[in-house]
Amino acid sequence: MITFESVAVRAESTPGAPDVTILAGVDLHLVERRVAVVGANGSGKSTLARLVNGLVLPTDGRVLVDGLDTARDGAAIRRRVGFVFTDPDAQLVMPTPREDVALSLRRLTLDAAERAERVHGVLARFGLAAHAEVSVHALSGGQKQLLALAGVLATEPAILVCDEPTTLLDLRWRRVVDELLDSLDQQVVLVTHDLDAAARADRVLVVDGGRIVADGDAWGAIETYRDRMAVR
Amino acid sequence: MSRRRRSPWIGPLGLYSPGSTPLHRAPVGAKLTALALLGLAVVLVRGPVGALALLAVAAAAAAVARQPARATLTGLVPVLATAAGLAAFQWWQQGLAAAIEVSVDLLTLVVAAGVVTATTPADRMLDALERAARPLRHVGLRPESFALSVALMLRTVPALVQTAAEVRDAARARGLERNPRALLVPAAVRTVARARTTGAALAARGLGE
Amino acid sequence: MSTAPQNEPRTSPTPSGAVALPSVGARGRARSGTTTDVALVATFAAFIAVCALLPSIPVAGIPVPITLQTFGVLLAGVVLGPRRGAAAVGLYLAVGLAGMPVFAQATGGLAVVAKPSFGYLIAFPLAAALAGYVASLARRVRPALRPFVLFGAAMSGSLVFIHPIGIAVMGWRLDLDPGAAIALGATFVPGDVIKNMLVAVVAAAIFRAFPDMLRVRR
Repeated sequence: MITFESVAVRAESTPGAPDVTILAGVDLHLVERRVAVVGANGSGKSTLARLVNGLVLPTDGRVLVDGLDTARDGAAIRRRVGFVFTDPDAQLVMPTPREDVALSLRRLTLDAAERAERVHGVLARFGLAAHAEVSVHALSGGQKQLLALAGVLATEPAILVCDEPTTLLDLRWRRVVDELLDSLDQQVVLVTHDLDAAARADRVLVVDGGRIVADGDAWGAIETYRDRMAVR
Repeated sequence: MSRRRRSPWIGPLGLYSPGSTPLHRAPVGAKLTALALLGLAVVLVRGPVGALALLAVAAAAAAVARQPARATLTGLVPVLATAAGLAAFQWWQQGLAAAIEVSVDLLTLVVAAGVVTATTPADRMLDALERAARPLRHVGLRPESFALSVALMLRTVPALVQTAAEVRDAARARGLERNPRALLVPAAVRTVARARTTGAALAARGLGE
Repeated sequence: MSTAPQNEPRTSPTPSGAVALPSVGARGRARSGTTTDVALVATFAAFIAVCALLPSIPVAGIPVPITLQTFGVLLAGVVLGPRRGAAAVGLYLAVGLAGMPVFAQATGGLAVVAKPSFGYLIAFPLAAALAGYVASLARRVRPALRPFVLFGAAMSGSLVFIHPIGIAVMGWRLDLDPGAAIALGATFVPGDVIKNMLVAVVAAAIFRAFPDMLRVRR
């Protein structure tokens, strides 16, 4: 359960210039299992996503996840909320898939054998077992994104936030990742440009100019979004 | 299967290649100590015969670790080129014995370092480094961040090489290949952008607390 | 009212085309602060390794291609600031000494300690720290003057630490008399002037793309 209480985010752009407002007046209560966020480039949707796990803290207001304040309980929030970025290349830290998943498990205190078993299980579940010892650098873009998801889901977070996870992928990998996200038990907040993926969500938020301009079921919200994106 | 695009000279930087030879099973600390001792021996042992004997030790280690001979040699090509250049220079400057010693010493260390890398998964290397770095706590360095930095650095090298190649191609496409700005500015800016995304990703994975 | 382009100026596209998220002010950046430091230090250590390993690059107008190791070292100092810059260089040296061939010509391991050029390696972290310290002054000048301050920062690292220590160790190891050592070492200075001009240009571009890199110095 994610709650935004009159959240605003402002940032300094150039020294001396007045602050830019990135997001303002966001009041939300997200309980749906699948929430999609759509909006133009630079609309503030990535910031909205980053607020959920405390990567960005609100300038005004507060963000609560299951009652925990992202500004106060950062560590607990990040155990609860997993985050997947657009570019898996920057998210993968270790030289091989096995080691990258093992790194995620470091903070769960497991002994070496348990850890190895968990790592193998996670890689198998994501179809990466055959690539466990391959250089991360040699994986395809789609495999890298699957691995990024594996690394995040290995610790079994309750909520998963994905910031355009399929934007860099070809159609085939896009479908693989979409199906994987659909199959998860977790609550998923999906920031996307893919309206087909958004259409499958239980609730769709449209962000434009730093504000939520539409919020509702997929059908109505996506219509609003198409309207706003129409070039006149 | 997965496409492997690796410039040959990343070769010695190497990657773990899984196996179960005695060298794969040896403790990391022992391997690093052995490498350090070999480095010392290379410095202390004078003369071409000693140098060749130490190269034989390194080659034997590579054989014990079951390093595929062909791939190892391919990876060594640029180092061999350097060694040949060095040998020619030393031959001219100081004679044949010095030429053999200096160039063979170089090969010995590259082969031996390659064997340690190839037989040690990075996370075990990390654990060892973390233990070794523990005393640095007293001067305000967190050992976990040190170990993480090492792994992250080694993983980033091939990615930056690829960035450099892409930037070079882009500059060439625009006829700017002799303009160092067109090569270095985009490469450096992308490097910073990548580091910042990685920093956010590390925080998102809870690795900062 | 609702077309997209009016929202575009919020995030500034960097020269590479990647869109930088606006850096969030003091309240916002607490969380990823330390991990971003770790990532910057590790990534710049890798950048120095790539600079040292890459074939030298041709520069129009000068006959000899230049190698980039000291470029990477001083850029790390200037861009990251004294402590993180020195940490990046220290990490690079530690990994190289541990046996990874990340030094020039793909060398590494303890053998470099024995080489006459080891003094240059010792000087690198000090040079990065000094360059980072001096570069912080660029905050106080008009953007048009910044490259000059940044060039001065890089030059100070070269002239105060890299050349004196490098030349001293080389002279000692090769048993040269001071005059000969200085003459040999001085042959690198013209190349360094060009490299440090590149450091200034590249660092200025980075500070334009990420203004907070100049504000937050550690």
